Amino acid sequence: MNTSTSQQNSLIHVARVIAAKDLRIELRSRVVINQVFPFAGLVMVMFAFALDNDSVLSRVAGGLVWLSTLFSLIIIVQRSFAIDVADGSLEAQRVAGLDSAGIFVGKAIAVMVQLVVLEILLFLAAVVLYRVSLNGDGVVLLVTCVVFATAGLAFVGTLYGGLTAGARGRETLLPLLLLPVVAPVLIGATRATESAFTSGGAAVSEGWPWVGVLAVFAAVFGLGGILSFGSLIEE
Amino acid sequence: MTSINSTDTQTFTAKVATPTTRLVGALALVSMAWVVLGGLIVTPRDVNQGDAVRIMYVHVPTAWVAYLAFIVTAIASACWLIGKKHSMGFDRVAGASAEVGVVFMALTLLSGSLWGRITWGTFWAWDPRLTTTAFLLVTYIGYLAVRGLGGSIEQRARRSAVIALLAVLEIPLVHFSVLMWRSLHQKASVLSGDGDIKMDGSMLTTLLVGVVGFTCTFAWLVMHRQRVLAMQDSMQMTQLDAALRERANESKEVK
Repeated sequence: MNTSTSQQNSLIHVARVIAAKDLRIELRSRVVINQVFPFAGLVMVMFAFALDNDSVLSRVAGGLVWLSTLFSLIIIVQRSFAIDVADGSLEAQRVAGLDSAGIFVGKAIAVMVQLVVLEILLFLAAVVLYRVSLNGDGVVLLVTCVVFATAGLAFVGTLYGGLTAGARGRETLLPLLLLPVVAPVLIGATRATESAFTSGGAAVSEGWPWVGVLAVFAAVFGLGGILSFGSLIEE
Repeated sequence: MTSINSTDTQTFTAKVATPTTRLVGALALVSMAWVVLGGLIVTPRDVNQGDAVRIMYVHVPTAWVAYLAFIVTAIASACWLIGKKHSMGFDRVAGASAEVGVVFMALTLLSGSLWGRITWGTFWAWDPRLTTTAFLLVTYIGYLAVRGLGGSIEQRARRSAVIALLAVLEIPLVHFSVLMWRSLHQKASVLSGDGDIKMDGSMLTTLLVGVVGFTCTFAWLVMHRQRVLAMQDSMQMTQLDAALRERANESKEVK
């Protein structure tokens, strides 16, 4: 009995249950699919209007994809906590004795899955709209970059989302807190992506040190979140 | 809740100053007067920069104070989290220090951009140190916003302590990534490491007095600000206590 309870409350188990719950809610409500994805696509088109130059667009495509991702991250994180706060389910999860580190990892995984799907769509949009091209080496770099950058974004997003969940004025506070923190991800992922696209004459090999920065970022905030999430969401 | 209440209820007198704040305040006034005199009159013009170099006597000390303030916030936050009593004093010092730090960081960026316009010909350059400083400013404005989120005093203390410590994680990452991104700021001239200080004697003295003066001003402001914060907290607690007493009396009357 005891072992099964502790097993049920283990970080991995809780994380899996929470991630499945969040993704199931998304699949049924389709808010991110029907609203956030089109919004991100719209941002990509708007960038093209603003810059109005094909060669500039293909040069800065990497940065634009990641900027759209950051804007969408804010909305996805807000949505992720709105579904919990609306009917007090975050409190209910805590009252049920779920490990807060597990809740953190679970919500981060759900955000990560949504972000990865979004990024794939955005990269396809970049290929079509901004005329970027990729070679074999570039794909490996890009995939690795997406994995670490997305993990970092999801961890930081969930951490600050949890902090502002339920607070008055959270819609305006989250971007203020989140954007300065994710600046290293924007810089690192943009440079790595530009190398993968070999835009501006960059070599693919120049991108790998940046993937290192992204990995360190993801590790630091993953650990930071696991340690501090409990005290942030505590009322 | 009750523990905070019992340990933190202070009595406030009409007297604003204590002997310590008076001493620090006097030191701040004297050294500031010295900086004004030294910076504007006594020290010579720079060979290359001319009078523009005088901005240094404000720019360098304000930058130092801003960084010091954020370090104080981080240490006080860690003390609050680690300490068993969760003494609210640490939380208030962290908050007061961050407020003063944000003001000084803004002054640093302002004086720096004016100085940059004269010497580099541009208000802003995407140099790692400048960029990190700008991010520090925004990060601590966010920290202050978190402090203003509302809720109980302990909730505020816990949230803001965690945010202050996350900022300590964030800043090196931001700095390192911007450093990798590009690296115009002049090399540090006093703390250059080789012990060979390339500066006129009176200039160096004025600069160091400036650092002392601004540090005293910082300490004076933080001491007074944390006192005001303590009064605010105490007011909140007293009002709550009064409301609880009122309700308790109501129920007695009904009986």
